[in-house]
Amino acid sequence: MASILDNPTAAVAGIADGATVMIGGFGTAGQPVELIEALIASGATDLTVVNNNAGNGDVGLAALIRAGRVRKIVCSFPRQRDSWHFDQKYRAGEIELELVPQGNLAERIRAAGAGIGAFYTPTGYGTSLAEGKEVREIDGRHYVLEYPLRADYALVKAYRSDELGNLVYRKTARNFGPIMAAAATTTIVQVEDLVPVGALDPEVIVTPGIYVDRIVRVPAPAPVPESIGAGQ
Amino acid sequence: MTGESRRGLGKDELAARIARDIPHRAFVNLGIGLPTRISNHLSPGSGIVLHTENGMLGMGPEAHGDAVDLDLINAGKVPVTELPGASYFHHADSFAMMRGGHLDVCVLGAYQVSARGDLANWHTGRSDDIPAVGGAMDLAIGAKETFVMMNLLSRDGVPKLVPECTYPLTGVGCVSRVYTDLAVFLIEDEGVAVRELFDCTFDELVRLLEVPLLNRTREGDR
Repeated sequence: MASILDNPTAAVAGIADGATVMIGGFGTAGQPVELIEALIASGATDLTVVNNNAGNGDVGLAALIRAGRVRKIVCSFPRQRDSWHFDQKYRAGEIELELVPQGNLAERIRAAGAGIGAFYTPTGYGTSLAEGKEVREIDGRHYVLEYPLRADYALVKAYRSDELGNLVYRKTARNFGPIMAAAATTTIVQVEDLVPVGALDPEVIVTPGIYVDRIVRVPAPAPVPESIGAGQ
Repeated sequence: MTGESRRGLGKDELAARIARDIPHRAFVNLGIGLPTRISNHLSPGSGIVLHTENGMLGMGPEAHGDAVDLDLINAGKVPVTELPGASYFHHADSFAMMRGGHLDVCVLGAYQVSARGDLANWHTGRSDDIPAVGGAMDLAIGAKETFVMMNLLSRDGVPKLVPECTYPLTGVGCVSRVYTDLAVFLIEDEGVAVRELFDCTFDELVRLLEVPLLNRTREGDR
């Protein structure tokens, strides 16, 4: 059952060194910047981070990488116009990269939350990203075996929550939020708006509160300068 | 042909040419970069619905000024708008609708396309390049039809339609048509067919490319 925390620092308490942390967001849309800032302040290090990208500009995930807290990143599109902190660490050999096609990344996260042991996907067949992986032909098409991606923690940003952790997102900021919330042992969500139980129409809830462990209200998330055309 | 004055279609003419081949009421994903320009040439009455893999159907034009909402971006992370009838969904659903064959057409850029329709468009393979794949591999194999939009020759004048890709592959046998500044190619079971020529002749293409070509132009039909 979800609990409501007073501030981001309390919300990220307990994330240990060496933890695997999923961080929501596609670029900066849906990136839980205040939770990441609290994670940096907590001192946790040697982290494995799962995100679509590898940080934009100097804030949020980029700042976590700059601070040297990320040992390994699992993502689909690290290199962007404004991923200079990742680029520098990568070229210096200070961060490990597991590159996963975006749809396989999403499906591996979904599979973890859904209790699927592994799945065959056509994406990546015949490419270098499928090297060494089990391949199977099913009904004349080739598929690659992929395994679920789990995490100890997920840091997610949603638009609105009720006090049970039922979540509603905003536009394309939804991106990885729902699947990461389900794939982590402990899911921590920052929301702009926290409303009483019963205030949300059950028909519009995107992430049911069963997947949410901690909620913190961050009234006005810091505006993050969007990097225009920085890539996928 | 480098050094000569440019011939064939310009980027916007090529975008307009591809737009004409996208069926009305189709669900379409336009890849980052050059293919994005096709959206400028879709007629308002076409009923074509644009998908962006970060989680939206019914994507509208790029947003400017007060319309910019940083929660509403496309796959290139450019702020966009929503059209009436738009919908949002999470990443696993977005790629499931792609992988599941629900999109009609996807148009992508390319470094190389092989005569069998293999696509290379995600990585130069150079050791100093940081690899980044994004949704390229999912897009390549997901839609019912994958079109490529590219110049036929690289900046160095090297053909990009090749017998075998030398760049790292994005997908195997996934491309059905290749739209270039000089010609439209159809990738068919019998081989590569030239369907349309722009300021060049079939014989010139035969000399230019190492790929065997079938003449399916109107001239060839005669």
